[in-house]
Amino acid sequence: MAYTEEELKKELETKEYEYGFYTDIESDTFPIGLNEDIVRAISKRKEEPEWMTDWRLKAFASWKEMKEPEWANVRYEKPDFQAISYYSAPKKKDKYESLDEVDPELLDTFNKLGISLDEQKKLAGVAVDIVIDSVSVATTFRDTLAEKGIIFCSISEAIKDYPDLVRKYLGTVIPPKDNFYAALNAAVFSDGSFCYIPKGVRCPMELSTYFRINQAGTGQFERTLVIADEGSYVSYLEGCTAPSRDENQLHAACVELIAMDDAEIKYSTVQNWYPGNKEGKGGVYNFVTKRGICHTNAKISWTQVETGSAVTWKYPSCILKGDNSIGEFYSIAVTNNYQQADTGTKMVHIGKNTRSTIISKGISAGKSQNSYRGLVQVNPKASNARNFSQCDSLLMGNECGAHTFPYIEARNNSAQIEHEATTSKIGEDQIFYCNQRGIDTEKAIALIVNGFSKEVLNKLPMEFAVEAQKLLEISLEGSVG
Amino acid sequence: MLTIKDLHASVEEKEILKGINLQVNPGEVHAIMGPNGSGKSTLSTVIAGHEDYEVTKGSISFDGEDLEELDAEHRAHKGIFLSFQYPVEIPGVTVTNFIKTAINALRKAKGLEDMPAKDMLKSIREKAAMLEIDSKFLSRSLNEGFSGGEKKRNEIFQLAMLEPKLAILDETDSGLDIDALKIVADGVNKLKSKDNAVVLITHYQRLLDYIVPDFVHVLYNGRIVKSGTKELAHELEAKGYDWIKQELA
Repeated sequence: MAYTEEELKKELETKEYEYGFYTDIESDTFPIGLNEDIVRAISKRKEEPEWMTDWRLKAFASWKEMKEPEWANVRYEKPDFQAISYYSAPKKKDKYESLDEVDPELLDTFNKLGISLDEQKKLAGVAVDIVIDSVSVATTFRDTLAEKGIIFCSISEAIKDYPDLVRKYLGTVIPPKDNFYAALNAAVFSDGSFCYIPKGVRCPMELSTYFRINQAGTGQFERTLVIADEGSYVSYLEGCTAPSRDENQLHAACVELIAMDDAEIKYSTVQNWYPGNKEGKGGVYNFVTKRGICHTNAKISWTQVETGSAVTWKYPSCILKGDNSIGEFYSIAVTNNYQQADTGTKMVHIGKNTRSTIISKGISAGKSQNSYRGLVQVNPKASNARNFSQCDSLLMGNECGAHTFPYIEARNNSAQIEHEATTSKIGEDQIFYCNQRGIDTEKAIALIVNGFSKEVLNKLPMEFAVEAQKLLEISLEGSVG
Repeated sequence: MLTIKDLHASVEEKEILKGINLQVNPGEVHAIMGPNGSGKSTLSTVIAGHEDYEVTKGSISFDGEDLEELDAEHRAHKGIFLSFQYPVEIPGVTVTNFIKTAINALRKAKGLEDMPAKDMLKSIREKAAMLEIDSKFLSRSLNEGFSGGEKKRNEIFQLAMLEPKLAILDETDSGLDIDALKIVADGVNKLKSKDNAVVLITHYQRLLDYIVPDFVHVLYNGRIVKSGTKELAHELEAKGYDWIKQELA
């Protein structure tokens, strides 16, 4: 998967958002607007059992009573929730038996994204559940996984095939009432991924999902549920690309992770939704709730590279419920032009001897605003809790902003909490130094930014690290005049 | 190779260089000496093409080509190398990664493919050995937490890797202890050939005991006020710069 320098350079020459194409697939789209009937219709279309329909309706009832949060350090025109269509699926007759039956244009889309199924199959150790506009159309490697008892499928399938598991865990980490967007997601989620790793099983491959928004005016509401049973291990990769679009698109996903005793979940994200154009027009609104719960001796690691979206509101969090559990958050957030990001994490220490680490790297360019917001909470019974937080900001130019909002609530005297923060600017002397060695300014910035982000990039699985580095370069193009 | 004619240069409206003339030919070593504030570092920075310095009069040409329109990276591509007096830190970028990027940038400018990893590794090993650089050093972040001596040695390591036509060494001797100075000077001497040239910028005669110059120039108040051979450096060492100042007064 290694990109040659030449390929990299070619990529860099493409100034326009490279995934900004639109696939003309005949699709099945609901009328715009949101009410109980739409919620019922989504549930019905997905052939869901009654308990699921009720769960959605309850969430919808809560959502109606809730207000869109305004505390984040972002400014945007609030979406008109009645102007969005809440369901869009590529039209299909039956389930596909083989790739030949898949709409050729859809396959073409995959090819443009560089994730052709053939290629993916060959790619060692990566199973892919591709979600295009809400409905999962292809799943590979499922048989290999099934041998180990691992379940990896779309959440719609899981609701049908493994209702007991879904019913037991869905909404336990992020209750439908948790927040405005989580409630919205619970009411209308269209699809997403489901993963279950049985006791003591180490998942032999990285699991990955590619998300994509494709239908104009379609909100995308993904729901992901990952359950790692006792003593198991899984590494899950989530990568996103979206075509460019003029009107803002709403993306409100929920990801719930459950790490049982002695289990470990590594969840990595590269987020590359359309960020809007240079003037700040268009772009995705990315309002995501991600949270995991760690039982005794369990560990959850969130790693994210956020380069896309016009507005990002996202705090992957860990509830360290079990004794000796560990939560980690490694983040790179890049904002350019008029992008706004308010992202960070929550580490809630409940069990004894719980540990958390937060490494956040914010890179701001253009006229963008980049905020880190994090909460470290140590509950009264969480003796010997430890946290280390490091928040570094890198500024490019004089018109962008970097903000850090660390909240610390320690209610146990034995807690050890460290917080370090730095803000630096890419220096002209650094650029000149690189120039003098024959390195052009664009490449110099890429070098400096990659160096700045290294601690986090190193946490990503290999194939993702390459893509992430490339994304950092692409998203900062033209940011130095 | 390098021809500087009546060069005047300013930074923030302040004139620092007030009419420099200098001719450097292939195979030559020139030393530019002078008291603090005489314009030595400005001269090296202007040759390298820093944007903040404005050439108000005169010209610099390199291999017959006027450099005025060329920015720093293109001057580097032509074969001009500056060993910085104060090399900058680039956190998270290893010495190896940086030199790899620089080498491939130069190769690209020449229309060449990236250097194969095997060749790169071989070259890095050779040059590191020549300068007695430990391999652990190569995986450290560029100049981050380096001692003054390590920074300078790293500059010369880059010089050795990039093999430029013209090397300008700005106060490379400062911060080096005597052993390190010998190693660095040894390295520079090994790299010298009939096709390349070296300009040494220094306060002190010390470095010139190890890298023997063909010409010595004294820079004072933005002008080269005296030129000679290496004996001039000894004279300066003995008499100090006040001697020049008095002579000019």
